[in-house]
Amino acid sequence: MALTPVQNQTPAFTAAVAACAGGFFGLFVGTAQGSGLLGLVIGAVLLGAMGFAFTHMLDQQKPIRWATTAIFGVLGFLFGGLPAAVLGLLFGWFAGWFTFWLATSSYRKRLPPYLTPGQVLWHFSFRVICGAIFVFLITPILVVMPLSFNAENFFTFTPEMLRFDPEGYSLRHYRDFFTNDDWQQALWNSLSIAPMATLLSVSFGTLAAIGLSQPHVPFRRAIMAVLISPMIVPLIISAAGMYFFYSRIGLQGTYFGVVLAHAALGIPFVIITVTATLVGFDRSLTRAAANMGAGPITTFFRIQMPLILPGVISGGLFAFITSFDEVVVVLFVGSAGQKTLPWQMFTGLREQISPTILAVATILVGISICLLTTVEFLRRRSERLRGMSPS
Amino acid sequence: MKLRKLTALVATTALCAPMAFAADMADEMTIVSWGGAYSNSQIKAYNEPYAEKTGVKIINDESSAEAVAKLRAMDEAGNVTWDVVDVVAADAMRLCDEGLAMEIDPDEHLAPAPDGTSAEEDFGDLLVSDCFIPQIVYSTTFGYRTDLVGDTAPTSVCDVFDLEAYPGKRALEKRPINNMEWALLCDGVAKEEVYDVLETEEGQERALAKLDTIKDNVIWWSAGADTPQLLADGEVVMGSTYNGRLFSVIEEQDQPVAMLWDAQVFDLDGWIIPAGLSDERKARALDYIYFATDTQRLADQAKYISYGPARASSAPLVGQHAELGIDMAPHMPTDPENATNTFLYNYSFWADYRDDIDAKFQAWLAK
Repeated sequence: MALTPVQNQTPAFTAAVAACAGGFFGLFVGTAQGSGLLGLVIGAVLLGAMGFAFTHMLDQQKPIRWATTAIFGVLGFLFGGLPAAVLGLLFGWFAGWFTFWLATSSYRKRLPPYLTPGQVLWHFSFRVICGAIFVFLITPILVVMPLSFNAENFFTFTPEMLRFDPEGYSLRHYRDFFTNDDWQQALWNSLSIAPMATLLSVSFGTLAAIGLSQPHVPFRRAIMAVLISPMIVPLIISAAGMYFFYSRIGLQGTYFGVVLAHAALGIPFVIITVTATLVGFDRSLTRAAANMGAGPITTFFRIQMPLILPGVISGGLFAFITSFDEVVVVLFVGSAGQKTLPWQMFTGLREQISPTILAVATILVGISICLLTTVEFLRRRSERLRGMSPS
Repeated sequence: MKLRKLTALVATTALCAPMAFAADMADEMTIVSWGGAYSNSQIKAYNEPYAEKTGVKIINDESSAEAVAKLRAMDEAGNVTWDVVDVVAADAMRLCDEGLAMEIDPDEHLAPAPDGTSAEEDFGDLLVSDCFIPQIVYSTTFGYRTDLVGDTAPTSVCDVFDLEAYPGKRALEKRPINNMEWALLCDGVAKEEVYDVLETEEGQERALAKLDTIKDNVIWWSAGADTPQLLADGEVVMGSTYNGRLFSVIEEQDQPVAMLWDAQVFDLDGWIIPAGLSDERKARALDYIYFATDTQRLADQAKYISYGPARASSAPLVGQHAELGIDMAPHMPTDPENATNTFLYNYSFWADYRDDIDAKFQAWLAK
């Protein structure tokens, strides 16, 4: 696989780059411990020294890497017990691998030979930046998950949890969710509101998208803009408007009021996904169907619908998630009788910080992952069917 | 023709539907409260027995935190959906002034004490507004981590301002009320003169200057659940919050936390009935209030949470915690042991100065 012939680096180069990486890690660890600067210096010196030393012992790669991993693991254990030991092992493994990766120039092997050093640097910086963004997006969600198995009633990593003591973990918050009437009522409300709102969004959104994709409809853009507006107007404005309007016509605080409000929020998603699928839809198919005697309704259900189905379903899933995750509008339009899961989480978080919220959040993240996987799967299928992707 | 008939039918049904909803409201009521352990105590002590007695379906809303704003919006929209609302006394006064809450005649609408004392006398001074039906006396006070304060536990509220003896973060509420009073008290102002000093520009500056000495070490909280969480985390050494929350942290959650009752500030919480209810709903709300604020019911609530009942006649009936079986009386803010040095929330002062001092406080916070 080597594209470029390489030779070992000088100790100075390895030490300098390793020191930079060490400083980067040290900054984070140091900040967490109270002194960013000290962490940066220690990290830089530590990895710099390792880089310098290891360049002279390239023939001993394997034993040295094992030794580094073990030493960091033991150091971690001495500092902070089992969890720190695991982190130490990981870091030691990484540090060993990283220094030799630099020292032996392995990083250069797989890149084309014509790249300048600047381009090589950017190639890896880009990956580090992407990784960092990913970490910052995903960590807050991941942190919540272990906390939901907390045996205590607070959002706190207890010493027992950090020791991986089974005593520190429990399913009591999950049990609370499944046995507490408030939560069950909220779950039931969400499950009865979201599918109804999705059904309305999908029917209206699909019809609107089909109508608006006809070239002869007047004011297409203006109508489209109005229909998409719930997505653009700040939610709180829509919510306040709906509150006063629905109050006048007696829909405020009713099941149908909330369903209608959520349907209005979901329609833009359906319109956008269905319009996108319609771009690839061949209109001569409907003309051919009409030519063979099929009415518009038959044509729609037998010809058009099956072809745009992936767009409809993914739009529907977005509409479902919108309704299922929505808290602002339901706070205005609903009354306590329509208290949905997000509403219950919102008041729970404000009035009583209970890990039951985290348990629910974990369950919801799981559901969201399933739904989004389905959407992605459908999108790929639709692309494959339309021949947009060779796979 | 057929189509037109159908349209007419659909239209009439749509128009009638809301009326149908309104008509069967009378055996259903929405009770608004604060959520958490507090709502739970009300559900156990009032709502469940009341539902059992009358067969009414009770819906619990946990929106007391934004009760004033929501009641205003409901009034404007002409659609009041709440029947009984739990608010703090200051909010009740505001709602009463704005005409959003119904005026109550204690002797007509509330139950007399078992020995025949009239409700007006039984509640006494706690009837601070014409619309307000007092329910509990709670206090805002400090809790501290017993394992983080060293050998000498804090005994005075001024220890909060003593960074040398008790280093570490403190949690204070993100509003001037209480904090300003405590700051002046610890700056050498006599307790009787606190509000005289706080009236003046210099006095306000003085309080903020005292708060300035610990500003870097303060975590500001805005919801009652924040301080218990911060204490449990060990993120703060001490923090102010409602005494019932601290009781729950100490006795129910078993955390290494203790109470600092010194200079606790009493406040009242109770019911209001929104103005503009239909006759059926008003009758239902009044019936509920009559039931839920009688002597026995108020004493029952203290089985679930450590807030003092608002009726004088309820105090002797306060018993043991429903689950832990410990005596509740020593945990009440009104217990003589705990109430050696107390403040009562000064409603008239804060009604006059709140906006002004709030603005100064926020500006100081942002500095």
